[in-house]
Amino acid sequence: MKKSAAVLLGCVLVAGCGSGSTNDTAGGKVVVNINGQPPQTQAFDRKVFDEDVAEFENEHKDIDLVPHEGFMDPKTFSAKLAGGQLEDVFYVYFTDPAALIARKQAADLTSYVKDVKYYGDLKQELKDVFTADGKVYGLPTANYTMGLLYSRTNFTKAGLNPDSPPKTWDEVRAAAKKLKDAGVTGFAEYSKSNQGGWHFTTWMKSVGGDIARKDGDTFKADFNNDKGKEVLRRLKEMRWDDNSMGEKQLLEIGDVQNMMGAGQLGMYLAAPDNVAAIVNQFKGKYDDYGLAAIPGQQGTLLGGEGYMINPGASPEKIKAGLKWIQWKYLNPDRLETNLQKYKDRGQPVGLPIPPIADIWTGEPRKKQEELKGKYATMPVQNFQAYVDGSEQTKGTLEPPQAQQVYAILDTVVQAVLTNKDADHAALLKDAETKVNAVLAQVK
Amino acid sequence: MRRHVTAYGFLSAALVVFAVFSWWPIVRGVVLSFQQVNFVTSPDWVGWENFERLFADPLFAVAWRNTAYFTVLALVIGFGVPFLTAVVLNELRHAKGYFRLLVYLPVMLPPVVTALLWKWFYDPGPGLFNSVLRGLGLPTSQWLDSSSTSMISLVLVITWANMGSATLIYLAALQTIPGELYEAADLDGAGLFKKIWHVTIPQTKFVILMLLLLQVVATMQIFTEPFVMTGGGPEESTVTVLLLLYRYAFYYNDFGTASALSLILFAVLGVFSFLYLKITRKADA
Repeated sequence: MKKSAAVLLGCVLVAGCGSGSTNDTAGGKVVVNINGQPPQTQAFDRKVFDEDVAEFENEHKDIDLVPHEGFMDPKTFSAKLAGGQLEDVFYVYFTDPAALIARKQAADLTSYVKDVKYYGDLKQELKDVFTADGKVYGLPTANYTMGLLYSRTNFTKAGLNPDSPPKTWDEVRAAAKKLKDAGVTGFAEYSKSNQGGWHFTTWMKSVGGDIARKDGDTFKADFNNDKGKEVLRRLKEMRWDDNSMGEKQLLEIGDVQNMMGAGQLGMYLAAPDNVAAIVNQFKGKYDDYGLAAIPGQQGTLLGGEGYMINPGASPEKIKAGLKWIQWKYLNPDRLETNLQKYKDRGQPVGLPIPPIADIWTGEPRKKQEELKGKYATMPVQNFQAYVDGSEQTKGTLEPPQAQQVYAILDTVVQAVLTNKDADHAALLKDAETKVNAVLAQVK
Repeated sequence: MRRHVTAYGFLSAALVVFAVFSWWPIVRGVVLSFQQVNFVTSPDWVGWENFERLFADPLFAVAWRNTAYFTVLALVIGFGVPFLTAVVLNELRHAKGYFRLLVYLPVMLPPVVTALLWKWFYDPGPGLFNSVLRGLGLPTSQWLDSSSTSMISLVLVITWANMGSATLIYLAALQTIPGELYEAADLDGAGLFKKIWHVTIPQTKFVILMLLLLQVVATMQIFTEPFVMTGGGPEESTVTVLLLLYRYAFYYNDFGTASALSLILFAVLGVFSFLYLKITRKADA
């Protein structure tokens, strides 16, 4: 315990050691440190990434890319920034940009994005994630709206039709009951590490509600209402009345993926990247899983990923970094080559995840859909309900101060899932007071 | 003179290491407590704002209450059990080494491994404890999944994981008690409990007191087990001071407020450390 305290204190304190980006040039080339390089354990993705780096450098003789393994880890971000170790081009989840922009921890790209090819064809709501007060701070590269991931195998075992997944929360409840009767956990929900709050937000959006609303210049909590009560009632019914959510609670994403991969679960709320993660980790088959649109379909939470640039980067680095992001991630001209590469090497093509990122409008989108059909290597019909539903369901952003708000809402979800007699009205009222205190800090 | 130079040479290396890795970070921590930082622009001096933010956070009081509750439980359970185990081990005539190893074995497990192992034991569904209870026809428990039993469940884990070291220290102290005292007690007709009360405890009171203070300092820094096993839940019942500090620093990236909280914890633990030093000095004298 002492050791962990020392490590924590050290981590907190080491964060005061200087800042800035790394050297600008070497041998007349602009040196750009980039992250997003997949780990060695993901052999195919790593190989593609490294090949892309080599190809890009070959096409851009004046740029020297230095790849770094890893993605966004909020726990180390500030320490890396403080220690001058943050890459020039760094990966972010959609949860991150608002806070990074507010803390001035990302470069202003407004004057540069006009030169980014196809920027105008990106979905506006995704560009908005990286925009504040009319200024642009990053580029979206993937978009995952939340849907309902289900086990086709367990659906069949429970006598449910895997080609007709639940569309409403009532249907989810009925299916969960049947799955429980078939001997598996019907539906699982997160309630730990802020993930309970994150999913509560998705639930709220799915029934047409939200977590926060704009009130003049500030934000106010917006879940202590009938919609919030409806969400908690539905959770309580599945957890306690039907007992279809299993005994063990305080789950987080890894636990639920394990349950799904081990064949012990029927359904949970997830983005499409979860399918690939489960199949890869458990050596499963894409045929065994299906993805449907978010139940209720009144709205869904936008999730995704993108790249931002170190606030200490020079204009040359920013220009070179943007060239890399556009070439690698926002490049309809390379889509067919990429899909061919995936197909030739036996990789799945067809899920709405990179290389088929759901980020485009207009011509790039049309082209992508055509190519997806041409190169699909997996049962795309298993995920069509998600694709169709997501088209019709409005995706909206996370609340301001998302992590702090989610920490408070975690408590609400935990109470409902672990205490049969939890007072829903009191829980929502208490959480509303706390969330309003957090939202009052938003400037 | 040459000997002094060598001695100062060794000393200076230790001093540099302490200065760089212990004292300077402490000074930086104090400074950060009064700043808002983004590690890009110059830090803003914000006076007592970070402390005010902490005091306004409803979780601040919850975290201290939970930590105090945990400390009391850890003392009641985690303090008595090693002492009694040491007394029993001290009385053993056979297989002494085997039982000592058995008691010490959990200390050798990394804390995260212990936490994950017990997480499975506590699983209200197919977990070990509830399976055994069901098998015996006894009522089961929600263990970590209920706000009323979560904290005591954590204390059991930590007691199991850490009692080995305390037991060995008690055992060493017990073995310094002269045998004549027990013989005299026997002649006076004292039973087992009277011997423990009138001989064992008075003879080991300094060790008991020192371990008590060390345990207070250690248990108030409880982090790994709630972090891995409950994340502070359910219903914030296991949010401890260090877990709240971690959230401020690494979830909210608010290093100023995290440092302010670490400063408060530092002051509280400083009181216990001061008492510990006073007692050990008294014992030495």
